[in-house]
Amino acid sequence: MFGLKADWSVDVFERYFTLGNYAGGEARWCPGCGDFAVLNTVHRVLRDAQMPPEKSVVVSGIGCSSRLPHYVGTYGLHGLHGRALPLANGVKARRPDLDIWVGTGDGDCFSIGGGHWLHAMRYNMDMVILIFDNGIYGLTKKQTSPTTPTGERTNTHPEGSLLPAMNPLTVTLGITNVSFVAQVPDWNPPLLYETIKAAHKHRGTSFVRIMQRCPVFSDDFCKPYQDHPENMLLLSHENGIPAADNVKKLFKEQIEHDPSDWVEAMKIARDESILPVGLLYRDPDAVVYEDFSAKGLNKTNEEKLAAINTALDAFAI
Amino acid sequence: MTQQADNGDSAVQIGGNKTAAKVDEYIVEIVSDSGEGAQKCGQTFGNISGKMGNGVWTVEIIPAEIQPPARSPAGASGIRIRIGSKYITNMGNEAELVVAFNEQVLFSRIANGAYKEGTIVLLENKWETDPDEKIRNQYTTAVKEFAEHGLIVHELPMEEACLKIVSNARKGKNMFVLGMISYIFSREPDLGRKEIANTFAHKGDKVIQPNIDLFDSGFAFAAERLDYLWEIPPYTTDTTKPTIITNGNQAVGLGVMAAGMELISMYPITPATSATPYVADVFDNVGGFVHQAEDEIAAMGFALGASYAGKTACTITSGPGMALKTELIGLAVMAEVPMVIVDVQRGGPSTGLPTKVEQADLLSSIYGEPGDAPKMVIAAATIEECFHFVILARKLAEAFRTPVILLTDANLATGVQPYTRPELQEEWLSAPIDQSPWDDSVPAFDWDEGTGLSQRPIPGQRNGEYVLTGLSHTDRSKVAYDSDTNQTSMAHRSRKLAALQKTLKPPKIHGDEAGGDLLIVGWGSTVGAIEESVDILRGQGKSISALHLRFLSPLEPGLKEIFSKFKKVMTVEINYSDDPNGPLITEENRRYAQLAMMLRAQTLVDIDCWSVVYGHPLQPGMLQEEFSQRLDALNN
Repeated sequence: MFGLKADWSVDVFERYFTLGNYAGGEARWCPGCGDFAVLNTVHRVLRDAQMPPEKSVVVSGIGCSSRLPHYVGTYGLHGLHGRALPLANGVKARRPDLDIWVGTGDGDCFSIGGGHWLHAMRYNMDMVILIFDNGIYGLTKKQTSPTTPTGERTNTHPEGSLLPAMNPLTVTLGITNVSFVAQVPDWNPPLLYETIKAAHKHRGTSFVRIMQRCPVFSDDFCKPYQDHPENMLLLSHENGIPAADNVKKLFKEQIEHDPSDWVEAMKIARDESILPVGLLYRDPDAVVYEDFSAKGLNKTNEEKLAAINTALDAFAI
Repeated sequence: MTQQADNGDSAVQIGGNKTAAKVDEYIVEIVSDSGEGAQKCGQTFGNISGKMGNGVWTVEIIPAEIQPPARSPAGASGIRIRIGSKYITNMGNEAELVVAFNEQVLFSRIANGAYKEGTIVLLENKWETDPDEKIRNQYTTAVKEFAEHGLIVHELPMEEACLKIVSNARKGKNMFVLGMISYIFSREPDLGRKEIANTFAHKGDKVIQPNIDLFDSGFAFAAERLDYLWEIPPYTTDTTKPTIITNGNQAVGLGVMAAGMELISMYPITPATSATPYVADVFDNVGGFVHQAEDEIAAMGFALGASYAGKTACTITSGPGMALKTELIGLAVMAEVPMVIVDVQRGGPSTGLPTKVEQADLLSSIYGEPGDAPKMVIAAATIEECFHFVILARKLAEAFRTPVILLTDANLATGVQPYTRPELQEEWLSAPIDQSPWDDSVPAFDWDEGTGLSQRPIPGQRNGEYVLTGLSHTDRSKVAYDSDTNQTSMAHRSRKLAALQKTLKPPKIHGDEAGGDLLIVGWGSTVGAIEESVDILRGQGKSISALHLRFLSPLEPGLKEIFSKFKKVMTVEINYSDDPNGPLITEENRRYAQLAMMLRAQTLVDIDCWSVVYGHPLQPGMLQEEFSQRLDALNN
């Protein structure tokens, strides 16, 4: 921050942001909820990037996850159930200068917002999508979500969830023009931080599926991984997300995985015997939609009027 | 009366000795199978006529399918052009001349009452000698039947004449027909050639020349073989006023640009879609962008997001799209996001009549969202208004921090009419977004107690950070579930409508300001047909006037007082209402037309209505008949 340089000069920032600058309202999630960890991480990533708070917009849908904008001191758009992504895309469309974050959940994104999820990945606009996946509908008190494990008892399936749980990683990796896919548990703060930081740094839509603890309605969803870290596979690579030694030593199972290798990423995602954590895939060269949608922002009124006059002339009689 | 004209082979040869008969107006139709270019032919004819100083209205006859079976009544595809020595505002009554590419397509037009006794039919005669016996029989039977209907049929070898110039008459017969009708109505042939050159400019001379040849050949063909020659004098000699000719969707597209909106977010839907390809062609030049979203909901969400970020955007759709956008329109109202929603109405409910006109989205536009969602709704009555009302809509949206719905319909969307070229104003364009620091003592919803109005911080404005939410919220946009917050914030959102209404003037009466027997109230694209029929009846000394509403939410002021000056007030609309004499219908259970229902509730005046859902625009003739009966009943 105020580190000394070779010439002994000191950088004086006109504005320096502390965590307090990113604080929003007091978070009202249940005690023990994994969302707090994500929120703290978002604050830290914003602080470390020194993002002016007025330049970030946190967009969300509906659900526990989607309270996120209210707890971040930037601009926010708390939208409708399932519609966070079109809203976020729209914010970015003519305002490429804004820094976009999306908070969504397994129901909000994979179920009611399923159509938008496919297309938002394809638009690949520069934003971070944080999926708070707890495998349950929490805000409406325990209904089956697309990622609810088979047999899990819920209010809508009291005898146990019927279908195999959806695998959001394979679905997302399968979408044309996808550019960043990562998965991370909420209870490993350094890995969560490094993953979200990498997502924020990536230009394109960064899809971060967060395995999120919900001690109230779906304690079993994360327990197998919390209690048995050997059920997780740490992906690391020099081009991936750096994992410190103290993080690495928590994971018994680790592999080197080059995030540019899509086929290998798909194989890893498809193997449901072990939960991959870290960066599965990254393509820094994927087409970014705002490169099209934000064209022509600098036209002057004279240029515009001239062009509209020409358009009118085409209909002149 | 049965009339049978000479067929083509024995047509009277007149040469250059004909003199053109002057007429005030004329209605022509061109009907064909889909894909034969009848619409292009009619539009070009309309343009030529506009350039010659005539009033013009064209309306397309569109089948619901892209390629319906050939030679089928349901497949009738074509266009009606009404031209006159006066300003033309609607499609008129029956056509007086029709060019038909086959006989079958005429049946659906006859069933629709498009023709009358004496209507001239110029019919392609190649079917008479078709190798298929069934077709030959269909043809001869039909020609007889047409004659029995009183149509004057001329069987003409148009195909044969075209084949002298092109190898496939399907591509090109339309320009031949353009030549024919250009001759019949004394159009300047050079104007026709220029139009053709413009139409095919991007395809080059290889395409332009044969089409001009076809045009010339059709022109000569009509001169040789037909005994018809009319002249329709221009109605405007004022050539100093620049004029443009567009359809309503093009006018909307031009309006979006002139309003300074940089983003149209849409999903393909009939009949709204054609606005977008038009804009997409030229939007780059003004620095704008057309976003084709993955669905109607996303189209609305994308526009809402852009508008929230300071770039007031527009989404254009039709009924089924409106249904899907409903929840997000509610969010735009609740969170007070300025944006423009254009609904090009079509027949409903559900998929309904996709290509045909209806005015049945009025109540759903005003009241469609679950929960109370007050918003502004305006309706364009003419093609020219389609342009200006987009600009008005953006102004209202930003001034009142609200979504604005602009209603047009399929009749305006596909109708083509010349109008005064708009003079662009720089102030129509949106101002650059404010990125200066926000005074953080001012809340994000600093509602003015008297009007409900407030300024909004735009993302990027330092110290303005707030969270837009669809939840009940305080003036600082904090989620609040308490009684007072909800009651007062609802009141503020609602008050904006009253605030706008206070700035409006009472509508002008077309007819007697002082009142009289019958007042006809309309909205949207019906203005031309209503006023034309009212004028005819007034010419006969009847006490009838008309009033046309542009603002539907809020309603224009002074209505109750105006209504009190008339013995009877009724609305005329293109939406469904129960026939008061229908089975089971009583005063207690009768469902009124949509505007009538609103006006009754708002004014407590016993307003009647007349409305139909035939899927076509209203004709002055049918209105005249209805109004005469009403007037007779009032005075007996």
